[in-house]
Amino acid sequence: MTPTLSITDQPIDIAAALAAVQTDAAGAVNSFIGTVRNQSGGRPVRRLHYESYDSMALTQLNHVVAQAYEKWPMLQEVAVVHRKGTLELGDVAVVVAVATPHRAESFAACQFIIDTLKQVVTIWKREEYEDGTEWVAAHP
Amino acid sequence: MSLKVALFGITRDIVGTSIIELPAPAPTNVGELLAEMRKQYPALGELRSCAVAVNNEYASADTPLHTVDEIALIPPVAGG
Repeated sequence: MTPTLSITDQPIDIAAALAAVQTDAAGAVNSFIGTVRNQSGGRPVRRLHYESYDSMALTQLNHVVAQAYEKWPMLQEVAVVHRKGTLELGDVAVVVAVATPHRAESFAACQFIIDTLKQVVTIWKREEYEDGTEWVAAHP
Repeated sequence: MSLKVALFGITRDIVGTSIIELPAPAPTNVGELLAEMRKQYPALGELRSCAVAVNNEYASADTPLHTVDEIALIPPVAGG
């Protein structure tokens, strides 16, 4: 039941993240895979640069997962892997995987973890365009 | 007492360094730190938000600061 949480500058191994949540107690494994999209608000994006405050990001990620275990006591295993550094179009930026006895909770817990991660985990994203870069969500 | 403050993302771009050292007399709590930083770097006040982390946790304005604390400015996060 110890979650597998990491922030890495290496390509994410999706199969390894799914394998990390494998348990005979689960009848459902649900995953979210976030990838690099080629546009943002209609503006073409060439690549993304992710920066992480690793120690705090992992601390906050642990809090998020602890909240998920409180909300869904039947939650079995959790894995969250987030990439940092420079990512090209199509690269995997984040994988969230959860294992639960039944499917309904697996969807809910997986969505809660990725939604809450985006609110509190200290990772920043800089979009690179043809004519410059911008930190995402920095300004109103 | 002096303080070291770690800067990430756009706050590092605004201040121009990844760690800033505030000499004594340094701010004694989070609210004072934010006020001082915004005074020195008005562009920080234009961000959607700017939180302060103390020892890897989000800290409220009245949280006291000590030289030994790991302090960081946290601009709007954008993981995922």
